[in-house]
Amino acid sequence: MKKYILDLKVVENRRVHELYTLLKLTTHDGSALPEMLPGQFVQVAVDGSKTTFLRRPISINNVDRLSNQLWLLIRNAGDGTRALMALKEDDILNVMLPLGNAFSIPQNANDSILLVGGGVGVAPMLYWGAQLKEKGFAPQFLIGARSAKDVLQLDEFEKIGKVAVSTEDGTMGEKGLVTTNSILSTSIDKIYCCGPAPMMKAIAKVAKEREIECEVSLENMMACGLGACLCCVENTVKGNVCVCTEGPVFNINELTW
Amino acid sequence: MVNLGVNIGSLRLKNPVLTASGTFGYGEEFADFIDLNRLGGFIIKGTTINHREGNPYPRMAETPSGMLNAVGLQNKGVDYFIENIYPRIKDVDSHVIVNVSGATIDDYVAVCEKLAPLDKINAIEVNISCPNVKQGGMAFGTTCEGAAQVTKAVRNAFPKTVIIKLSPNVTDITEIARAVEAEGADSVSLINTLLGMAIDVERQRPYLSTITGGLSGPAVRPVAVRMVWQVAKAVQIPVVGLGGIMNGRDAIEFILAGARAIQVGTANFVDPSVTMKIIDYMEDYCQRHGVSDINDLVGMINQ
Repeated sequence: MKKYILDLKVVENRRVHELYTLLKLTTHDGSALPEMLPGQFVQVAVDGSKTTFLRRPISINNVDRLSNQLWLLIRNAGDGTRALMALKEDDILNVMLPLGNAFSIPQNANDSILLVGGGVGVAPMLYWGAQLKEKGFAPQFLIGARSAKDVLQLDEFEKIGKVAVSTEDGTMGEKGLVTTNSILSTSIDKIYCCGPAPMMKAIAKVAKEREIECEVSLENMMACGLGACLCCVENTVKGNVCVCTEGPVFNINELTW
Repeated sequence: MVNLGVNIGSLRLKNPVLTASGTFGYGEEFADFIDLNRLGGFIIKGTTINHREGNPYPRMAETPSGMLNAVGLQNKGVDYFIENIYPRIKDVDSHVIVNVSGATIDDYVAVCEKLAPLDKINAIEVNISCPNVKQGGMAFGTTCEGAAQVTKAVRNAFPKTVIIKLSPNVTDITEIARAVEAEGADSVSLINTLLGMAIDVERQRPYLSTITGGLSGPAVRPVAVRMVWQVAKAVQIPVVGLGGIMNGRDAIEFILAGARAIQVGTANFVDPSVTMKIIDYMEDYCQRHGVSDINDLVGMINQ
């Protein structure tokens, strides 16, 4: 897929949580956004931060073709993301996109599909869920968070399919981690997962035990996003490979987890 | 019309802009963003005789105005390059320079002998300055004897242009430059990364799996400019300058300090199209300053 460097305009910067913001971007000249696939990511340039230097890799949260918008769900994780959270309507953000591979389409139309997201890891699951539904699948979601207030974009997920929630304090859904949620004991053919590494590893373990196909989206630290700097490598059955080009989505069978 | 063409050994570059080894992959990764044919040349990432897996993750840390890396020369080996990559890039209308790395003199020589017959490879850059490998690498680049030994060996094994990439992690870089010039190097490029380190104070652990790594980016630029200026005065062969060049202004700074050509490295990560902007800037700069040939600017501050 052809990659682009675009100046995108901020349509809305909605603070959805004290730590998270939803950035809605569009082209500054009204042209259509390039093709982007669920699971891919973008690299955004951070202006106005004295301490950051490199671009920030951010998952594609949603692409709304009707409004020609790209959504990025951003967690305040440091100086770079803090600068992004401060963007105002009509500000311009320089974005390199689309990067990386994508989630693979399930083999059978009747497959029971579960999309698992933890924390800001829910981000790619919105676009993927919407695309799956458009393709005729019936994806279900499992969202993990500390507490009810940390469950992000619940209304958006509920528009697409059934949503199960696990919170550590039990303030929403089932109390505990996603791996103990009862939805996992239903019949599932394919899991897609994005979240903190310990969560993905735990889900991968469940999937392996129950022989469920499983793909995870990694977020190793990276510089270029293009496969040039070789910094974001993950050790796989094929050796060290770049998460930015061979991933970020991997079948768990490719990983050495 | 401004002449941007420069000579490095027997290479005629259409302009002084090269891309630095390890920051530009095999060039193809950037084809969506730039016209590779416009580059003076591009330098293929460090290539060794055998496949190398490199260092464990994590390999990078962002630091003020720069980054540390500890990739450790991950590459698939020279045979893979010749069989799989070379056929795809050999028709580009630009110079393809291969960065050659090794743990022993024999390793360097073996890679050179495999590259020498390739028509498109008219120059190599010899990495005697990688801070991220346990053996070889920087060990050769930090003594005059080691640098001279490698240079002598590759000079015999590779009949075309030989550029030796120098380490800044030395007391006097001009001594090393003179030593490699004496053994027949056609050019020197500098600086490789500066050995550095950063610690995550909350987790009380180094950021890099290797603890130390190489610092690059604009943080190192003043050090690089100083070393280019010193080396350009110390040797007769052309100097290729690099270290934190982010834009055209920075590139001109190196030229004025004495660099005949420049390399763009870490900046490719921030803006993959930056090399095109640098070439445009150089032409514009020369016009603004009434300079018809960029060679007239080389080392201007020393004249």
